[in-house]
Amino acid sequence: MAKQMFTKTNMVWTVLVLVLFGIVTVLMQTGVINSYYESTIFTICINIILAVSLNLIVGICGQFSLGHAGFMAIGAYCAGIVTKMMPDYFGMFLGILVGFAISTIAALIVSIPTLRLRGDYLAIATLGFSEIIRICIQNMKITNGAAGLTGIPKLTTWPILFFCMVAAIIVCTNFVRSAPGRAAIAINDDEIAAEAMGINTTKYKVLAFVIGAILASLAGSLFANYFYVLNPNQFTFNKSIDILVMVVFGGMGSMSASVIAAIVIGILNMYLQQFTDLRMIIYGAALVLMMIFRPQGILGSWELSIERILKKWKLKKEAA
Amino acid sequence: MNQFLQQVINGLSLGSIYALVALGYTMVYGIIKLINFAHGDIYMIGAYTAFFVTTYMGMSFLPALIVCMIVCGILGVLIERIAYKPLRKAPRITALITAIGVSYVIEYTTQFFMGTSVRTFPKLLPDTSWQLGPIRISYIQMVIFTVTIVLMVLLTFIIQKTKIGRAMRAVSADENAAKLMGISVDNTISFTFLIGSALAGAAGMLVGLYYNAASPLMGMVPGLKAFVAAVFGGIGSIPGALVGGLFIGVAETMVVAYGSSLYRDAIVYAILIIVLIVKPTGLFGSTEREKV
Repeated sequence: MAKQMFTKTNMVWTVLVLVLFGIVTVLMQTGVINSYYESTIFTICINIILAVSLNLIVGICGQFSLGHAGFMAIGAYCAGIVTKMMPDYFGMFLGILVGFAISTIAALIVSIPTLRLRGDYLAIATLGFSEIIRICIQNMKITNGAAGLTGIPKLTTWPILFFCMVAAIIVCTNFVRSAPGRAAIAINDDEIAAEAMGINTTKYKVLAFVIGAILASLAGSLFANYFYVLNPNQFTFNKSIDILVMVVFGGMGSMSASVIAAIVIGILNMYLQQFTDLRMIIYGAALVLMMIFRPQGILGSWELSIERILKKWKLKKEAA
Repeated sequence: MNQFLQQVINGLSLGSIYALVALGYTMVYGIIKLINFAHGDIYMIGAYTAFFVTTYMGMSFLPALIVCMIVCGILGVLIERIAYKPLRKAPRITALITAIGVSYVIEYTTQFFMGTSVRTFPKLLPDTSWQLGPIRISYIQMVIFTVTIVLMVLLTFIIQKTKIGRAMRAVSADENAAKLMGISVDNTISFTFLIGSALAGAAGMLVGLYYNAASPLMGMVPGLKAFVAAVFGGIGSIPGALVGGLFIGVAETMVVAYGSSLYRDAIVYAILIIVLIVKPTGLFGSTEREKV
C-alpha cells in the first residue's frame, strides 16, 4: 500500500499541485489577483468539483443525470443553515456532513428505482427530482422560501476550497481505477455484456451516482460559504446544463478534460457576462455541433498522465 | 361538489393542451427513441406565431391556427433534418444532448430578438360562456376541446388509414424491416416530426389564448409536463398520450384548487417518479425486450 502511494508519478503530481497552490496564494496575497478575479477563480474551482463529479456519472458510468443542480442545492442549503447557527469551522464541517447525509439519501431514493431502467428515463427522473428539491426549498420555512438565505458566514477560504477540489479529483480518478470503477466502465461500454459477466449493474450504477451526488453537495456547501447569499433560482435546470456542457465539451470519461473545460468555460463566462442570451445561444449551438462532429468531446478520453510524460522523458534520455 | 366539477372542466382544458404536446413526444419517441427536448420550444414558437399573425396581420382564429401549425411543422422538420438526422446511429445520450442544445438555441434566440417581456394577444374570441347545470364552460375552453377532438380524430385517421400512417407504424415497429419493404425511413421520420410539431403549434396557440400570454421560456415547463404525460400513458402509445395529458392537467388543477399553487409543478414530477417506480411502461405501454 505505502509503496504504491509514494511512486514517482504521485510525487510529481503532489509537487505540481503544491506549486500551483503556492503561486496562486502568493498572487492573491500580493494583490495581483484582485477580488473580481478571485471570485472567478473560486467559481471555477467549484465548477471543477461539479464537473468531475458529473463526469463520474455521465462519462464513466454512462448514466445521464440532469439533476446535478439539485444535489448542489442540498449541500448549499445544509451548509447555509448550519453555519448561520454555528458560524465557525466546526459548523462548516458539520454543515458539509449534513449535506452529505441528505444528498446520499436523496440520491438513493431517486437512483434505486430509476437506474434499473434505461438511460433516458434516468435523465427525466433526475430532472424532475431536482425540480422537486428546488420547489421544496422554495416553500420551506427553514430555507426562507423564495427570498433565500442571506448573511451566511464567509468561511470558504482559498486553502479549504483548493484542497477540497484536489480531494474531489482524487476521489474520482481513484474510483475509475478501482474495481467498482472498472465495473462502471464495463456498464458504460455494454450493459448487457457487463451483466453477463456477473456485474451487479444496478449496484455499481447507484454507487457512482451516490458518489457524484455527494461531491456535488460538497461543491454546494463551499459555494454557500463563499458567496453568502442563496436563493432557489440559482439551482434551476440551467445550472445542471451548465455543468453538463463542461463535461460534454471536455470529453466524456476524461477527468483532466473536465478540469480543463471548467477552467476554459469559467474564463469565457467572465468575458461573456454581459451577453447572457448570446452566451446561451452559443452554448446551445456548440452542443449541437459538438455532438454531430465530435461527440466524444474536444479531448475525448485523453487523460493528462505524468506517468506517460516521465516514461517519454526517460526514453529520450536513454536514446541520448 | 359543484366546485369540484368546475375544477375537473378547468383541468380537462389544460389537460387537452398537454395531450396535444404529449402526442408529439410520444410519436417521436416511438419512432426514433429520442426525448425531443426542443418540443416544448416548438410549442412556444406556436404561441409567438399566433401573436404575430393575429396582432400584425389581423388574422382571425382559424387561419391563424392553420398558419401556426404549418410554421411549427416546418420548423420541426428543419430541426430533425439539421440536428437529429446526422445522429440516427449515434448513442442515445448523444442525441439527447443535441436535443437540449437545440432547445437552448430556440429559447434564447427568441429571447434575443423578442426580449423577456410577456406578449399579450388581441381579442380573438368572444368572452361568452355557457352554464351547463352546475358548471360553466367558457368560449375558449369550448374551442380547446373542439380543436383537440378534431385534431385527435384527424391524427387517428392519418395513422390508421393512410399509407404514410402505415409507414409510420412500420418504422416504429422495426426500422430495418420497414426499409426492406421499400419504405423511405428518412421521409417517414420527417413526416412524424411534421405532424408532432404541428400539433405542438396548435397547442401553443391555444395556450397563448387561454392565458393571454407568450414568453420565450414558456415552453420549458409545459414541455416537461407533457413528457410526463406521455410517460404516464405509456410512451409510444397515442391513446396513452391523450389519457396522460388529461390526467396531468386534472391533477395539476386539483393541487392548485385544493392544495397549494406552490406545489403545482412538484405534483407532476412526483407523478413521474411514482410511475417510474410502479409501472415504468405506463398505462398503455408495452414491455420491450432488449436484445444483444
